[in-house]
Amino acid sequence: MIKLTKVTKEFPPRGRALSEVSFHLRKGEFAFLTGHSGSGKTTTLRLVHMADRPTSGEVRACGFSSELTSDREVWKLRRRVGYVFQEFRLLPGRTATENVAFALEVTGAPRRDILSRTHRLLAQVGLSSSSSMPVDELSGGERQRVAIARALVNDPLVVLADEPTGNLDDRATRGIMELFQELHARGTSLLVATHDLELVRRHPEFRVLELDEGRLVYDSGAVEEGAA
Amino acid sequence: MYALREAIAAIRRAPLLTILSAAMVALALFVVGVFGVVTYNLHQALTQIEERVEVVAYVRDDVLEDQVRELEGVLLELEEVRAVRFVSREDALLTARETLGEFEDLFSGLQVNPLPASLEVELQPGFRNPEAVARVAGLARRHPNVEDVAYGGDWVDRLHLLRQVGAIGTAILGMAFSLVAALIIATAVRIAIFARRDEIQVMRLVGATNGFIRRPFLLEGFLTGIAGGLLAAGLTYSAYLVVYRLVFPLDWIPMEWIAGGVIAGGAFGLLASAVAVRRYLREV
Ligand SMILES: Nc1ncnc2c1ncn2[C@@H]1O[C@H](COP(=O)(O)OP(=O)(O)OP(=O)(O)O)[C@@H](O)[C@H]1O
Ligand SMILES: [Mg+2]
Repeated sequence: MIKLTKVTKEFPPRGRALSEVSFHLRKGEFAFLTGHSGSGKTTTLRLVHMADRPTSGEVRACGFSSELTSDREVWKLRRRVGYVFQEFRLLPGRTATENVAFALEVTGAPRRDILSRTHRLLAQVGLSSSSSMPVDELSGGERQRVAIARALVNDPLVVLADEPTGNLDDRATRGIMELFQELHARGTSLLVATHDLELVRRHPEFRVLELDEGRLVYDSGAVEEGAA
Repeated sequence: MYALREAIAAIRRAPLLTILSAAMVALALFVVGVFGVVTYNLHQALTQIEERVEVVAYVRDDVLEDQVRELEGVLLELEEVRAVRFVSREDALLTARETLGEFEDLFSGLQVNPLPASLEVELQPGFRNPEAVARVAGLARRHPNVEDVAYGGDWVDRLHLLRQVGAIGTAILGMAFSLVAALIIATAVRIAIFARRDEIQVMRLVGATNGFIRRPFLLEGFLTGIAGGLLAAGLTYSAYLVVYRLVFPLDWIPMEWIAGGVIAGGAFGLLASAVAVRRYLREV
C-alpha cells in the first residue's frame, strides 16, 4: 500500500530532512510514526501524499510511484488517501459541514451523498452540534476533529494522520482512536504520526516506526517485512 | 454547475473584493470608453467633411441638354463616382443669392446670368482621397463639353493627411489604453486569487483536478470582467450625457462597440484568471 525505498529528502540550504528511509506498510496495516520534533514525520507523510518529491529513492502509494506520477495526476492518488494535516488546513469562513463536504464536492459526488456522508462523519467525530459553525469560531480540538472528518469522508484506502490527537483531551483522543481502529478493522491502512508516546504505549498491537533526525531507527514490524 | 455555484458563493463570501475588482476593471474600461466616444466623433466629423469632397465640372455655355445628359452618363460610369447632380445656370444664381445674401443688390442688378451650369460629382466613400479626386477631375476636364473643373485639391490633401494621422493615433492610443486596461484587470484578478490561494491548495490536497479548481475562478474572472464592462458602459454613458448637455452635442458610440468592450472585459477577466490560477496550481 505504501512503500518507501531508500528515500532521502533534502531542503537545500538546511540539509537533510530524511536519510535513506525504507519501510513497507501493507494493506490494512496500522502504524504509528514517532520521533522528536523535527525528526521528519511530516516530511514523510507529505512525500507519501506527493505534496513533495524525494531527492532520491522512491515512494509508492496506492500503486502510484513518485517517479512516474506527474503533478497533473496526483489527484488520483489523493482521492484514495485521507490526510489529516498537522495544521488542519481548513477553509476559513466556512462552516464545519462545508469544510467536510468540500472533500467530496471536488470529486463530483452527488449532492445527496455529500450531505449524508458529511453528517455521518461529523457525528462520528462528535461534532454534530457545532456543524453549522464557521470553523474560525471552533476550538483547536474541534477544528482538529473537523480535519479528521474531512480526511475520512471519502472512504479512503489509506489514512495519513499528522498528530491527529495533538489538540485533543483524553476523552476525545480515545474517541478518535476508536474511529481509527474501526477503520483498521474494515481494512483501511493507517499511518499516524505522533510524538505522544503514551498513546503509542496504549496500543502495543500496532506497528511503530521511529524516526530520529531523518533516519528510521526503529521498526517494530521489520521482522514481518522479512517474512513477507 | 458546481463551478457556477462556487463562483457565486465566492463572490458572496468576499463581496467587497469582487466589487473592488469589478470597479477597477470598470475604471480601466471607462478610459477606453471615453477614448472610444472621442474617436468615434472625430471619425464622424471627418466623414461628414469628406462627404463634401466633390468635383464640380462647369459646362460650356453652348452645350445642349442632351449633351449634358451624355456627360452625366460618362461620369456616372466611373467607379469612383456615386452620384452626379446637374445644377442649371438659374439654380446656380439662386443658390448664389441665398448664400451670399449681402450681395443681393449686386445680383439683382444683373441683366445676364454670369454663372455657368455645372455637374456636381459626388464620389464613392472609398474614393474621397487626393488620387481619386485628381483622376476624376482630369477625366472631366478632358471632356470637350467641359469648360473647367474645380475641386479643393489642397484641402482634400490636408483632409487625407488628417485622416491618416487620426487613424494611426487612434490605433496606437487605443492599443495603449486597452493594454493598460488588460493589465489592471489582470492585477485585480490576481489580487482576488491571491486572497484565495489557501483554498486552491486545499482543493489540490483533497484531490481536485486542475480543471475542476480552475473553472470557478475562470467563471469568477469572466463575471467580474463582464460586470466591470457593464459598469464602464454606464460610466461612459453618464460622462457622455454630461458633455452632451453641458458642452456640445456628441454622437453616442454604436452598440456593437459597447458589446465588444463588455465582451473584451469578460475575455480579459477570463484570461487573467487563467494565468493567475496557473501559478497557484503549480505550488502544491
Ligand atoms: N519546506 C521545508 N523547507 C525547509 N526545511 C524543511 C521544510 N520542511 C521541513 N523542513 C525541515 O525538515 C526537518 C523535518 O521536518 P518535519 O516537519 O518533517 O518534522 P516533524 O517530525 O514533523 O516535526 P514536528 O513533530 O515538530 O511536527 C526539520 O528540520 C525541518 O526544519
Ligand atoms: Mg510535523
